[in-house]
Amino acid sequence: MIGAPVTGEWIDIGPVTQISPGNARTLPVQGGEEIAIFHTMDNQFYALVNKCPHKHGPLSQGIVHGTVVTCPLHSWNISLKTGEAQGDDKGCVPTIPVRVDAGRIYLLREALVTARAPEKAA
Amino acid sequence: MNAPNPDMAAQGLNGARERLVVIGNGMAGCRAVEEILARDATRYAITIFGAEPRVNYNRIMLSPVLAGEKAFEDIIINTQEWYDANGITLVSGDAVVSIDRATCTVTSASGRVEAYDRLLIATGSEPFIIPVPGKDLEGVVAFRDLDDVDKMLAAADKGGDAVVIGGGLLGLEAAHGLSLRGMKVTVIHLMPTLMERQLDEAAGFLLKSELERRGQTILTGADTAEIIGEGGKVAGVRLKDGREIAASIVVMAVGIRPSTALAKSAGLTVERGIVVDDHMVTSDPAILSVGECVQHRGTCYGLVAPLWDMCRSLAEGATGGEAPYSGSVTSTKLKVSGIDLFSAGDFSGGEGCEDIVMRDAARGIYKRVVVKDNRLIGAVLYGDTADGSWYFDLLKREEDISDIREALIFGQAFAQGGGALADPNAAVAALSDDAEICGCNGVTKGKVVDTILGGACSLDMVRSQCKASASCGSCTGLVESLLALTLGDEVKSGPKTMCKCTSFSHDDVRRQIVEKELKAIPAVMQALTWKTPDGCASCRPALNYYLLCAWPGEYVDDQKSRFVNERMHANIQKDGTYSVVPRMWGGVTTPNELRAIADAADKYEARLVKVTGGQRIDLFGIKKEDLPAIWADLNAAGMVSGHAYGKSLRTVKTCVGSEWCRFGTQDSTGLGIKTEQMTWGSWMPHKFKIAVSGCPRNCAEATIKDFGVICVDSGYELHVGGNGGIHLRGTDLLCKVETESQALDMCAAFIQLYREQAWYLERTAPWIERVGLDYVKAQLLDDPEAVSRLAARFRYSQQFMQDDPWARRAAGEDAELHQHLAEFRPFPKPRLLENAQ
Ligand code: SRM
Ligand SMILES: Cc1cc2nc3c(=O)[nH]c(=O)nc-3n(C[C@H](O)[C@H](O)[C@H](O)COP(=O)(O)OP(=O)(O)OC[C@H]3O[C@@H](n4cnc5c(N)ncnc54)[C@H](O)[C@@H]3O)c2cc1C
Ligand code: SF4
Ligand code: FES
Repeated sequence: MIGAPVTGEWIDIGPVTQISPGNARTLPVQGGEEIAIFHTMDNQFYALVNKCPHKHGPLSQGIVHGTVVTCPLHSWNISLKTGEAQGDDKGCVPTIPVRVDAGRIYLLREALVTARAPEKAA
Repeated sequence: MNAPNPDMAAQGLNGARERLVVIGNGMAGCRAVEEILARDATRYAITIFGAEPRVNYNRIMLSPVLAGEKAFEDIIINTQEWYDANGITLVSGDAVVSIDRATCTVTSASGRVEAYDRLLIATGSEPFIIPVPGKDLEGVVAFRDLDDVDKMLAAADKGGDAVVIGGGLLGLEAAHGLSLRGMKVTVIHLMPTLMERQLDEAAGFLLKSELERRGQTILTGADTAEIIGEGGKVAGVRLKDGREIAASIVVMAVGIRPSTALAKSAGLTVERGIVVDDHMVTSDPAILSVGECVQHRGTCYGLVAPLWDMCRSLAEGATGGEAPYSGSVTSTKLKVSGIDLFSAGDFSGGEGCEDIVMRDAARGIYKRVVVKDNRLIGAVLYGDTADGSWYFDLLKREEDISDIREALIFGQAFAQGGGALADPNAAVAALSDDAEICGCNGVTKGKVVDTILGGACSLDMVRSQCKASASCGSCTGLVESLLALTLGDEVKSGPKTMCKCTSFSHDDVRRQIVEKELKAIPAVMQALTWKTPDGCASCRPALNYYLLCAWPGEYVDDQKSRFVNERMHANIQKDGTYSVVPRMWGGVTTPNELRAIADAADKYEARLVKVTGGQRIDLFGIKKEDLPAIWADLNAAGMVSGHAYGKSLRTVKTCVGSEWCRFGTQDSTGLGIKTEQMTWGSWMPHKFKIAVSGCPRNCAEATIKDFGVICVDSGYELHVGGNGGIHLRGTDLLCKVETESQALDMCAAFIQLYREQAWYLERTAPWIERVGLDYVKAQLLDDPEAVSRLAARFRYSQQFMQDDPWARRAAGEDAELHQHLAEFRPFPKPRLLENAQ
């Protein structure tokens, strides 16, 4: 989500070791969207609403390569950094700012609560 | 605040010098003093307190001291004469224990009280000791100062086993030193790759392989549970998975924490480190701080280069000038002799970033630079770090690299060789005819060009005709340049490469995995000079399969390289739930199995129960969290995974056969069950289906299966290459055999041939169309031993494959794949967070 607020309250969601590189895990938000938190092979962390902009496939279950996840349903490639569909596909899923500090993962509360799933593509 | 105004004090009382007291006789404290003296040698009367009982030395050189490459005398920075000559009082071996800001004094452990006008805190950091049982045993040491090195050397004198906890920079240098000193070293590292903060997966893998080659044992993904003692001394380490490693010394090198206790108790603002401004002034204007103990603009540093910058700003500020510090970009090298490794900046890649990767397998080199908006933003080099400082310089200066982009990865000499040379084609054009292009096969440029002029118009033709780039492939780029130079637009693209990450075809990759004995994905990527750092969603699963097939029992499956269904052992549905299909051998079931399925359907609220086209039952709409539990229930009733989700053996359909059917010629049901029991669990290039029909009426539809059996009076007709899917293809008759066991052997042999030779995601039908039925027949039927050899290889590999993945998950393996990380309930109380684990 470009232009998202990056200041505010950061929620500690636990140690980095909970997600091994190349994998993702999920964080349901009551009253909001399920969030997918990714750990790339280069040890970066990213978070997206866990719904593909195409037909809401669970991105957390895709294959992670570089800073892209390939959706498990129809193989759209979604940028972990911007949430944007790559290549010819059009669509964008909200990102949630992530901070890693002293081995723990923090997500921005405001973004967690307000992020909404993208419209399904036609 | 009642601190004295430093500017007033600067006038000096009666012209006396100001009193500068420094806490910490380490690298930053002393460098700060040197910088101050260089600017104004007479301004301060200086007293330095050092907890260590010695003069100032170069801490980073403790690694070579441990390794025996240097002596302590070699690494002293300032001798006692230096302190004397500059009128500095060195109070060594006496730590400061308190700061009294009201009276502007510090007190040491021995009771010495010293008054200051300006105080400099340079206490560095403390090693972090993981709070496990046994951490206080004799023989558990950190790696921070000379005393630690002495303890390690004493242990090394006795020989034996050493464990180093932590596979970062410090831990690996400790491990290297101890192993040179003759100890048998095991490194225990929590994360899956070494030095994960500085290296990407590819470089981390090369590093690990090299250290293992040197005799160290590297355990990654290993979590320490306890340090085991015997009579108060270290005896070993126990991991959380139960493994035990013997050790007479344990080095903890898991990280450092800024040493801030003193500052904190004096009431200074401390967060992670002592908070300083751009002039290294703390929240008390009379107190400065520098080194690893500080936090500047939110960052704490653990390397010396930033400290030098800090010391310059500090000295300017302390002598009336101004040179604000604005933070540092850092780079890392590992001081292990014979291992060249360099990393700097951000190499996480992604949006707008371009990775440029160069691998030279023959020389063990991996280089990756990351470019964004025509600027270099990160670099990882392994094996050849000569250009590290050049890249680092480009990075720090944020230089526009668009002019040298093409040649950037080849290094400074090449890229700056001037206009024409910056174009790789031009550089290749400039090579002499004698220049060797392909090191593996000794092929010169002249030979390659002749081959091209002789009609080889594609990379593949060059490879097959003169062998250039046919082995390790690292000269592929050069051969492509020669093709382009010689033929211009007439270059033909070769057979389909596996994907955009490589110039090799599936066959080449498979062949080289075996020839070069490559046994891990990063090893393949390095040896075959992959163009991307970690592959893509298309090559990773293919490589995982090829390795699994080539090295049964040896290769460790890479879960993250598997498509979701194979990672979750269930089929993902459009709503993100899963379907569960237990195996039903040959389509035969029992009332008990049906009851268990019915119970599971109720218990886990399956939204649909359906009989599949493969003669078994599918439960739809199961949540990923419930999968291990439903599998446990199905396992309890004797059922295993049906692999309805896998590029693997799916089902064996049968008809009722001779036992019941009035036309049946053989026991097709029985043979189907035996076939399924032989083949289940096997991973294949694509899905694989089998059927056995009891007579040519073919009720099991065996002639549209990958392997189909039609029973006849005189034996069994074996059919291959059928497909009922997108492109309907009837089977070809492979052969006819007389006995069940011949039919089973032929089935095993055919499957193994397909497993070893087809491309990933190629089903038997397109495979046979590609290679020809005659080829398949020749492979299986010409040599009377072929079938038994292939079947033996298949059965060998099945020993490792026939291990129900559901049972392992139900027993708790990879539990995190099925659990949410946590659950966040923002309402009604804002900070309520429950961890799922
Ligand atoms: C469940 C089942 C349909 C049913 O309700 O009967 C089924 C369901 C799916 N089939 Fe199938 N196929 C099923 C029998 C078949 C059959 C009939 C058979 O096996 O006798 C065929 C044609 C025969 C064949 O394979 O040659 C069949 C040809 C396909 C194809 C086309 C394959 C091809 O080579 O052209 C696909 C697509 C693919 O695999 O890429 C496919 C893919 C799928 C997938 C896995 C789609 C997907 O990738 O998610 C469906 C999963 C649904 C789910 O969520 O569980 N399914 N599928 C059948 C499961 C059989 C089993 O017990 O394992
Ligand atoms: C084995 C090893 C290898 C390293 N290799 C590299 C490398 O290759 N490259 C790199 O850039 N960096 C390296 N480092 C890190 C580098 O050494 C540190 O960044 C640097 O020493 C930090 O300087 P400092 O002055 O802040 O802390 P230190 O050098 O640790 O100095 C702090 C001093 O303060 C003393 N002290 C603490 N509390 C008190 C007190 N209350 N009273 C009196 N004295 C006190 C301590 O005893 C210590 O002597 C390495 C470190 C180690 C241990
Ligand atoms: S035929 Fe198509 S819709 Fe039906 S199960 Fe197979 S893949 Fe799904
Ligand atoms: S839902 Fe993600 S690609 Fe279709």
